[in-house]
Amino acid sequence: MRDMVIESTQTCAMPILTATGLRFATGGQALLHGIDIEIARGRRTLIMGANGAGKSLLLRLLHGLLPPSSGEVIWQGAGRAQAMVFQRPVMLRRSALANLRFALKVQGLWGRAREARAREALDMAHLGDKAHQPARLLSGGEQQRLAVARALICEPELLFLDEPTSSLDPASTQMIEDLVNTAHKRGVTIVMVTHDIGQARRMGDEVIFLHAGRVAERGPLDQVLGSPRSEAGRAWVQGRLYTGPAI
Amino acid sequence: MFSLGDIMAEAFGLILTWDRNLSEIVILSLRVTLSAVALACLIGLPLGAVVGAFRFPGRGVVTLLLNTLMGLPPVVVGLFVYLMLSNAGPLGILGLLYTPTAMIVAQTILVTPIVAALTKQVIEDLHGEYTEQFASFGLTARARVAALLWDARYSLLTVALAGFGRAVAEVGAVLIVGGNINHVTRVMTTTIALETSKGNLQLALALGVLLLGLALVVNAAVMALRASAVRAAYA
Repeated sequence: MRDMVIESTQTCAMPILTATGLRFATGGQALLHGIDIEIARGRRTLIMGANGAGKSLLLRLLHGLLPPSSGEVIWQGAGRAQAMVFQRPVMLRRSALANLRFALKVQGLWGRAREARAREALDMAHLGDKAHQPARLLSGGEQQRLAVARALICEPELLFLDEPTSSLDPASTQMIEDLVNTAHKRGVTIVMVTHDIGQARRMGDEVIFLHAGRVAERGPLDQVLGSPRSEAGRAWVQGRLYTGPAI
Repeated sequence: MFSLGDIMAEAFGLILTWDRNLSEIVILSLRVTLSAVALACLIGLPLGAVVGAFRFPGRGVVTLLLNTLMGLPPVVVGLFVYLMLSNAGPLGILGLLYTPTAMIVAQTILVTPIVAALTKQVIEDLHGEYTEQFASFGLTARARVAALLWDARYSLLTVALAGFGRAVAEVGAVLIVGGNINHVTRVMTTTIALETSKGNLQLALALGVLLLGLALVVNAAVMALRASAVRAAYA
């Protein structure tokens, strides 16, 4: 049986991604239970919830990094125009510039056009002076900016971000948020996992609130964070521990 | 009868005067060893990368086989290649027995499992780090292998070095398939064995010193390259 979800009325843009009955189990334990969600095109959707709620797992299922135990994810964009930024940036053992070149090479772009795009993306991430530095020697904030630039350089329609600023200082966080918001203004749909309510208020249009592998609540940001209807949502916003059921 | 001091003095004399016979043996040794290592890398690197990066039925068996073949007895390989290349063997028509090519084939068979098994380990570790990013990029299997081999290139130098060490020190297989023919298939290790048995210790010792020196130089070069790569976070 699907979960009851407290769903707020919302302006329903065309979905770019739809998940139906998404369930994931491992070692005999279900971690996600029948998730039904739609990701609205051109919006910034935040996936929130306590540790272990299944946020990162849901993101991986939506991006296709893991196959669901049951249910399906239907992509309604063109090609595979998706990219993902991980909580810990994965830098190839190459220079910052070569990391960007690699992403473009995967897209089939070569020659001068590739070089120009890579340089442009480095500048956009304020890393122009680090072009030839080994990516793995950049600071955490620089690596994450490079990871965002590398994801955006492929011109995705949908960008997934898994707590991209969780270990960054406020200045680095601001730069990442600026990069993501700039991409959003250009029409990129954003799906981001975050714990940070302040960041959610700056970065979100919609919120999907997970609790214990279930969608406890979803709707516009102001509504979900302003007057959560589920007990799990209220406890989260108030900073209380809640171990009861999702609704 | 010569004293040990006399033998050593003569051996170093041979090295310093760079005796023509000596140089011929050293050059052939390098030619055979480097060719075998290059061929083994050509086969073993992609093979190890595929086994390291992908899950497929029988992967455990392939891994077990590679690990087992790392300890292949050289004389057994020599015998196998001999049987293949002898007139009665299926490849006898090629007329390769007692040629440097036969020695290269034997050494390639010996070194390939070493290169493949060590590559598998290096690539498996790196792939664990890159898996999700590669999946996110939507990379094809071929692109994954190419990217992994490129990013692990400095670590793989050590792998090639291990192969070089095995090949350059090998006696049994090259003796069987090469026949240790003077001016044709005589390499450093087979010459050391032969000259020692004949009591010509000066030449044997000179070649021994050169063999050690060669291994030292190659190791030092690879270590230096790898250290600089580690400092630059490319390894």
